[in-house]
Amino acid sequence: MAQVIDVRAVVKHFGSTVALDGLDLQVEAGEVHAFLGPNGAGKTTTLRILLGLLRIDGGTVSVLGADPWADAVELHKRLAYVPGEVNLWPQLTGGEVIDLLGRLHGGLDDRRRERYIEMFELDPTKKSRSYSKGNRQKVALISALAADVPLLLLDEPTSGLDPLMDARFRECVHEFRDGGGTVLLSSHILSEAEALSDRVTIIRNGRAMESGTLADLRHLSMTKVVAVVDRVPPDLSGIPGVHTLAVDGDRVTCEADEAGIGPLMIALSAVGIRSLTSQQPTLEEVFLRHYQDGSSDG
Amino acid sequence: MADSFAGTWTLTRLALRRDRILLPAWILGFAGMAGFSASATVGLYPDESQRVAAAEAVNAAGALVALYGRIYDPTSLGELSLFKLTAFGAALTAVLMVFVVIRHTRADEETGRLELMAAGRLGRSAPLAAALLVAFGASLVLAVLSALALIAAGLAVPGSFAFGFGWGFTGIAFAAVAGVCAQVTTGARSARGIALLTIAVSYAVRAVGDLAEGSWLSWLSPIGWMQQVRAYAGDRWWVLLLPIALAIVCVPLAFALRARRDLDAGLIGDRPGPARGRMGGVWGLAWRLQRGVFIAWCLGFAAFGLLLGSISDTVTGFLDSPQMQEFLMQLGGTQALADAFLATELSFAGIIVAAYGIAAASRLHTEEVDGHAEVLLSTPTSRVRWAVSHTMLALLGVAAILLIGGLTIGIGNALAMGDAGGIGGLLWAALARVPAAWVLTGVVLLVFGWLPRWVPAVWAVFVVALVIGEFGPLWDLPQWLMDVSPFVHSPRLPAVDSSNAGLVPLVVVTVALVTAGLLGWRRRDLQAH
Repeated sequence: MAQVIDVRAVVKHFGSTVALDGLDLQVEAGEVHAFLGPNGAGKTTTLRILLGLLRIDGGTVSVLGADPWADAVELHKRLAYVPGEVNLWPQLTGGEVIDLLGRLHGGLDDRRRERYIEMFELDPTKKSRSYSKGNRQKVALISALAADVPLLLLDEPTSGLDPLMDARFRECVHEFRDGGGTVLLSSHILSEAEALSDRVTIIRNGRAMESGTLADLRHLSMTKVVAVVDRVPPDLSGIPGVHTLAVDGDRVTCEADEAGIGPLMIALSAVGIRSLTSQQPTLEEVFLRHYQDGSSDG
Repeated sequence: MADSFAGTWTLTRLALRRDRILLPAWILGFAGMAGFSASATVGLYPDESQRVAAAEAVNAAGALVALYGRIYDPTSLGELSLFKLTAFGAALTAVLMVFVVIRHTRADEETGRLELMAAGRLGRSAPLAAALLVAFGASLVLAVLSALALIAAGLAVPGSFAFGFGWGFTGIAFAAVAGVCAQVTTGARSARGIALLTIAVSYAVRAVGDLAEGSWLSWLSPIGWMQQVRAYAGDRWWVLLLPIALAIVCVPLAFALRARRDLDAGLIGDRPGPARGRMGGVWGLAWRLQRGVFIAWCLGFAAFGLLLGSISDTVTGFLDSPQMQEFLMQLGGTQALADAFLATELSFAGIIVAAYGIAAASRLHTEEVDGHAEVLLSTPTSRVRWAVSHTMLALLGVAAILLIGGLTIGIGNALAMGDAGGIGGLLWAALARVPAAWVLTGVVLLVFGWLPRWVPAVWAVFVVALVIGEFGPLWDLPQWLMDVSPFVHSPRLPAVDSSNAGLVPLVVVTVALVTAGLLGWRRRDLQAH
């Protein structure tokens, strides 16, 4: 599949701090890609690089086949962006901002504009000064969704939305993807990533830790196994890929990775299993494992 | 009651921490300017008859009286040394205090910083109290340091204190006015605008009052009070009670208004606006953001222009002493003298209008740090196009405001003289001041392109250029230093002995600065906000 966003080994410094340290990120056409990471991991910096607002110090970046730094204007005709912190002109109304941004995008379809304003229940006659964070986000979202472009870059777009608006937002994203659009969405809300995205990249300290479908990521993690057996086999701890083994009478608790799960099952069934539960890791656990690993080596 | 002031001391310390460079720099600038000005003049007029002649010449020139004020005791060395700084310095002190008060009240409220702190143990009135404490304290320090600088320059001790406290108390009065303005609007920009407008009106009212000697109009203006203290000419200490009385009225009013309103609310609420926008892209947006300030400047220049134009011929009326007549003959007759004063007025206007150019071009910087540029530049809008929109509005705005100044001076002059023949010449003379003011707009662009954090420091460049232009000849500064100021290179039209040689280099320098700035802007990162 064609790559809409292709970031390879990108390095970005701000003075002496390293914001991105060899980041890789690939987003394929027609997918919703979630970009997950803790605060300060480099998510916003990456999005600004993709927009050509920041210049890279190393590596290569391509967005829709263009170099965002050199061809920003041409590129921006084909994408729309919702910043993480939406700052609008306090003296302009929401409607004026939507029309301004629409005009800069080369014209706005009135029907789309009205549809999204209604959908997000925005009062377009209020001055931006008096909008809440969520309402400012709605203004940016409406502008982006109404822009009729093939790529959306969204930086934590739902952090100020209420649950109802959040649901409308998810609807819009699915509709956009079903129409062939591509979305890169930064977030630290896992349920959002799980509900919306086809693939996920986890970033920490300016590097991609993990990338793949949610299923892939779960595979990379341990399956938690609890078994009650007739007789405890003596050699369980010797099986490669089995970790944190604990035996309490006839109860065996351990975690097994992809390599370990098969041999573990064979060993357990050989001694007679009375009950068995295995639990796939939730995305939270995948996520926490990466963060915690990071903080111990960081 | 005490609860509503809880946390005032903490906020005061925070404000002092945030202003630790700005305030000392301004205060030392004021004291230094006063001291230099005094010490330069003390040596120039050692004997009394020279002083009297110079003072009478000033009082006879309507243009000078309107711009700076009268000299009340022609024998006074102090008054002659400081006549350019009395009202003008008081107005600048007022501007500084307005900035300080708004910055720590409405601006913090608008950005939401105050909300963060208001959730802590902080009384409702504490931010206003802290801002006023800082402004009042700064005014008093400014008063004492200026007085000491004047004494060190060799002027009389009581007069120096009267002068210093005249400045300082003007600052206190306008800080209190700004405290009220901060309650009125929801936006810091418009609150600051209203407060600055009261200063401009005060200055204009005293100008009209001073022209008719002893007019009650001068007593309506807080800046006029500073002049009526008559430092070094009788030291009328009781006049200093007037600005304090104004503060005593305004401070409780400000606190009462604050106590009656919600956080983020103003007396003038936000009304709903249009649901559809008609702005035609970046240019429309830039104009929308800049037009209010631009129109205010045009109106201000028109009012001042009519005033100055209509009094410029009065120079001839007062000059009936034989000494003055001889002086006039040397200059080439009364028309030459009137032209010299018109040239002075236009040069002054040319310097002041540069402030508009700096403010308008600095909008690029504030739009960037406020995060608005990020929204715009993620659309198919090129960086250069966006930067050019504000730059052109700054450059064209400077030209338009000066032309309005030239036109209204011409109209005022024509009405007073009954002869409209001079208008064309005055328009050209106003236009000739444009390139020098443009250079400072260019400096903003250069700094914006390469050292964006330093854009506010261009105001220091403006102040240096202003001081060199106004006081350089008086202080006898070396020519190379004078040449640094672009205003020195403007032709002194409509005076006959002026040269246009500086115009082309000034335009070339402007183009070079803007181009260099745009090149830097194209290749740098957008600043995080």
